[in-house]
Amino acid sequence: MTDLGWIELALTAARPQALGALLRYFRDLDTAEEAFQEACLRAIRTWPDKGPPRDPAAWLIFVGRNSGVDQVRKRAKNEPLPEEAAFSDLSDAEEDIADRLDNAHYRDDILRLMFICCHPELPNTQQIALSLRIVSGLTVPQIAKAFLVSDAAMEQRITRAKARIARAQSEKRPGDKGVVGFEAPDAYERAARLKTVAAMIYLVFNEGYSSGVNNPDSLTLCEEAIRLVRILLRIFPAEPEIMGLATLMLLQHARAGARFDEAGQIILLEQQDRSLWDKKLIAEALAMLDKAVRHRSGGPYQLQAAIAALHARAEKPEDTDWWQIDLLYQALEHLQPSPVVTLNRAVAVSKAEGPEEALALIATVAAPLDGYFYFHGVRGGLLMQAGQKAEAREAFDRAISLANSPAEAAHIRMQIDRLGEVGT
Amino acid sequence: MLYAILCYAHEETVFAWSKDEEAAVMEKLYALQEPLAKAGKLGPVGRLMPTTAATTVRKGRDEPLVLDGPFAETKEVLLGFYTAEFETLDEAVTFAKDLSAVNPGSSSYEIRPFYVFHPGDAQVGAGGAS
Repeated sequence: MTDLGWIELALTAARPQALGALLRYFRDLDTAEEAFQEACLRAIRTWPDKGPPRDPAAWLIFVGRNSGVDQVRKRAKNEPLPEEAAFSDLSDAEEDIADRLDNAHYRDDILRLMFICCHPELPNTQQIALSLRIVSGLTVPQIAKAFLVSDAAMEQRITRAKARIARAQSEKRPGDKGVVGFEAPDAYERAARLKTVAAMIYLVFNEGYSSGVNNPDSLTLCEEAIRLVRILLRIFPAEPEIMGLATLMLLQHARAGARFDEAGQIILLEQQDRSLWDKKLIAEALAMLDKAVRHRSGGPYQLQAAIAALHARAEKPEDTDWWQIDLLYQALEHLQPSPVVTLNRAVAVSKAEGPEEALALIATVAAPLDGYFYFHGVRGGLLMQAGQKAEAREAFDRAISLANSPAEAAHIRMQIDRLGEVGT
Repeated sequence: MLYAILCYAHEETVFAWSKDEEAAVMEKLYALQEPLAKAGKLGPVGRLMPTTAATTVRKGRDEPLVLDGPFAETKEVLLGFYTAEFETLDEAVTFAKDLSAVNPGSSSYEIRPFYVFHPGDAQVGAGGAS
């Protein structure tokens, strides 16, 4: 690997901690980002000769802090009325290099940096784009590619999202909804931030997971989400739900190489070539789930992870423990009632008991899921298994009309073709 | 003499390698291992899973504590290691607790699953450290 390649990886790895600390000093995202950028440029200039520092994040925080202070001073000369908040930590910033590590703060710094991207008024896609830009440090063209939009459109989306956050931070008082405080959060606030950030990371993952078929670049998002959850786990090592989320994403991502055929068609779990599943990711995921289970404190991510783990453990589809999966879905329904969870449980029920029982179950969620592609796809499949060909055909037609992508529609057409082969 | 060579590196960068970078490094590593393996002198080789997969059993005066995460103290040093197959993390934790009960004084046991690169077939030789 070249020097620059190594430095780039080191800068990316140090980014959440360094930028998070700079955000705490300057209380302004733009100033913090400029300071971080300046520190990175300095790193690229000096590290190849002097060698990398032992603690790259500490180095970047120290250098970024000084350059940021210079910037704030310059601006202060030009602007007659500086904002007090921008100066509140200046004395702090000039303290001796000895306290540069700030270990007591850094996990809250990283959490705050992630949390600030989750402003409740930002739509999901903006939260995802913003955290990829700010926390992960992906470039605008990289993010644009993952979303299949133009660079200019993505630039605009991110600029708007940042402006929205800056407005919320300046207009409202601390404590208002959507305003992120810069003091260390209490345990309750910390737990709430962690939950929000976990949901955001899963959004990043799902964005990549669901668009993987049309756009291989979006798989970067899955990898990035896994990197982010590992960062969270390193700073909050004893949170079973974060372990559950990590497990879930590792297991889903382990199947990336088996989910689509060469023509880009979806291959269902049952038909996937399981030798293409990534054994290393699965091994890590199962180890992680074991850790989570030891806490005896279940949650939605852990339950979904446990379900995914039962699939991962089955070497052949017929080895799948559907009965156990049904039980886990029941627990999930109890914890987080949702028609989609019931729909997923129906698949397990059909395997464990039969299509009639599953059809009876999904009849209970037909109304809320009537506009949902997967509902009609699953229902069609169950009707086909039950030998009700005409009804199956109807359900499949409905699914095609609701398909979100050509691949989804093509997949249902394949089912319809199979329908022709099934005897009545 | 049978040696253990312990590898230390920045995990965030190592686990951020692309598939190509990973493959390139592995190829070079295998090339280095091969002569030893052919001579029957290579023991088990592997890469530890990320520290996020680690659990630490810590024995003080009281009952051993089971903590999530890697061993993080600096006063104690690495004195030995086991590699063994366990069905569950609980089994591994129980074994580590048993070890701690036998070892007098305070001690810590980091439990890290690992990927096997080479199962190892080195026998402790005539000059071996047995």
